[in-house]
Amino acid sequence: MTKVLPAFVLIPLVMAFVLPVFGKKGKNIATVLANLVTITLFVLAIACIGKSGVYQVGNWSIRVGIILVLDGLSSLMLLAINLVSAAAMLFSARYMEQYTAKSKYLSLFMLMVAAMNGLVLAGDLFNLFVFLEIASLASYALVGFGCEHEELEASFKYMVLGSVASSFILFAIALVYGNTAYLNMACISKSIQASGLNIGLTFALALFIVGFGLKAALVPFHAWLPDAHSSAPAPISAMLSGIIIKTLGVYALTRILFNIFGVSISVGWLLITLGLLSMIAGAFLAIGQWDFKRLLAYSSISQIGYVVLGIGLGATLLAKKANPAWASLALLGGLFHLVNHAVYKSLLFLTSGSVEMSTGTRQLKEMGGLAQRLPVTRTACTVASASIVGIPPFSGFWSKLILVIAAVQAGLYWIAAIIVFVSLCTLIMYLKVQRYAFLGELPENLQQIKENKGSMLVAMAVLAFLCVLMGLLVIIPSLRDSILKPAVDVLTVGPKHWEIAGILKM
Amino acid sequence: MPYALCFLLFMIGLYCAVVKKNLVKIVIGLAIMEYAVNLFLIMLGYRTGGTAPILDKTYIEAGTNKIVANFINTSVDPLPQALVLTAIVISLGSLALIISISIRIYGKYGTFDITEIRRLKG
Repeated sequence: MTKVLPAFVLIPLVMAFVLPVFGKKGKNIATVLANLVTITLFVLAIACIGKSGVYQVGNWSIRVGIILVLDGLSSLMLLAINLVSAAAMLFSARYMEQYTAKSKYLSLFMLMVAAMNGLVLAGDLFNLFVFLEIASLASYALVGFGCEHEELEASFKYMVLGSVASSFILFAIALVYGNTAYLNMACISKSIQASGLNIGLTFALALFIVGFGLKAALVPFHAWLPDAHSSAPAPISAMLSGIIIKTLGVYALTRILFNIFGVSISVGWLLITLGLLSMIAGAFLAIGQWDFKRLLAYSSISQIGYVVLGIGLGATLLAKKANPAWASLALLGGLFHLVNHAVYKSLLFLTSGSVEMSTGTRQLKEMGGLAQRLPVTRTACTVASASIVGIPPFSGFWSKLILVIAAVQAGLYWIAAIIVFVSLCTLIMYLKVQRYAFLGELPENLQQIKENKGSMLVAMAVLAFLCVLMGLLVIIPSLRDSILKPAVDVLTVGPKHWEIAGILKM
Repeated sequence: MPYALCFLLFMIGLYCAVVKKNLVKIVIGLAIMEYAVNLFLIMLGYRTGGTAPILDKTYIEAGTNKIVANFINTSVDPLPQALVLTAIVISLGSLALIISISIRIYGKYGTFDITEIRRLKG
């Protein structure tokens, strides 16, 4: 099974350089090829569920060589990344016809997918940094893809904050290397367990939290997100909100905190505070927005807060040596919300793209009555809204329920109350979308609009189905044990394959 | 002491990137930050009077153990050098991208002043 791991990086990376060759004339062939790649990767990601293993690049010894590592957490992230990228690519097949230079777009998209797959598979800190930078560079370029005033401004802002974050992260990696003389995650973890944290490593930890906090757009560091996510083309917004902030920010931070530095109560509370701030501030700022995509972007900040809250709660409980089942439950809630948010937020951004393509506007005040004209988009948007708000059969309900139960079990009733309160704020903002965009009177100038056809509808329908079905991931025990539980175990007891592959014996 | 100066350089870059109002100065600030980190990385592998981490004839004096001991005692750590090369290439890529975006912004807005480039609000 480990033999396929390089394929996750290599296939899209090679395609990224092959696709621009097709140019303007062959753009249909390029689109088909790009779709084939994303769907193949999704199938491979499904095949990787429940597997674990280490792939040594070039057969160097594990201590100095490059390794690709598959464990429960990476296979969960691979599944989410390749699902969203397959849906976004299917959507862009038609949506990106509005833009020139479609094959360059496909190339950057492939580069982003390759880098994200590489990031979740990376087994050492420096490769994590390299893939993080490649993914960031591709996303800076994609945010500014339209090359209009707003896009360029958003891209510049995103790039300045992103580069500052990358410098912080590289500085932290250098500090870790200086203090432990290793870059391999397993070796660093072993060295830190043996000697404990000194001043240099504590400083590195602080730099990591700020750096990845900037990449994940947690609240004091969120300034770039609403601009970048609302200015990008719709499928890219779906990728950015759905996956990029989670892979580059939350996943990397979680991996470093839990598996390398080890959790402590203070770091756990720091994460809980950041999560709560993001939830509340993001929700309040979102309610006041009249731009459809900007509202969704602020809502992403709020939702990423839930994920970080769950992970912080798990970290605190683990560090307190409380009942391990409680910590597992909190982490399960956080990770499940991460996957759920990837699905419904990308669906919401795709529907916003569909609305924008039909009506030519993103302002909620200029819309109205679109339910008659865009029935499929409307249904998809309603399903996703119900899911993000947390209405029972839909996916968002289950992850929020788990988070509430975890907070109550830990005795933190006020956190449970805030989770429910922010859900109500979320309900208000999505009722606003429904009310102003889809219900009410159809304005004069929008009488002739038509529903979008073809691949855009397929992409939205697939994601909408998943929104309904995702709840099964926690309800059916066999699915939970094969997909979510291994990911939680990686965080609570550490990656099992480290011993299996003999990394720690070095 | 050199580490403290390196950190100071990093903070100067951060100050420049965060406080300055001109796009080009912000880009220069980012570049200074990246150089500071690269300098820090290369200093981790520095050793006064060190030799290149390559085994050659000068090491051959007597016995295998002697060679290995000599090599370990004098050679510098090669890993940070490899890391710095990679980091320089990456920062070159991101600088090229950010400068080209700045040029496009100048073409659209006709100014490098960030206080005048404000279409996105809220």
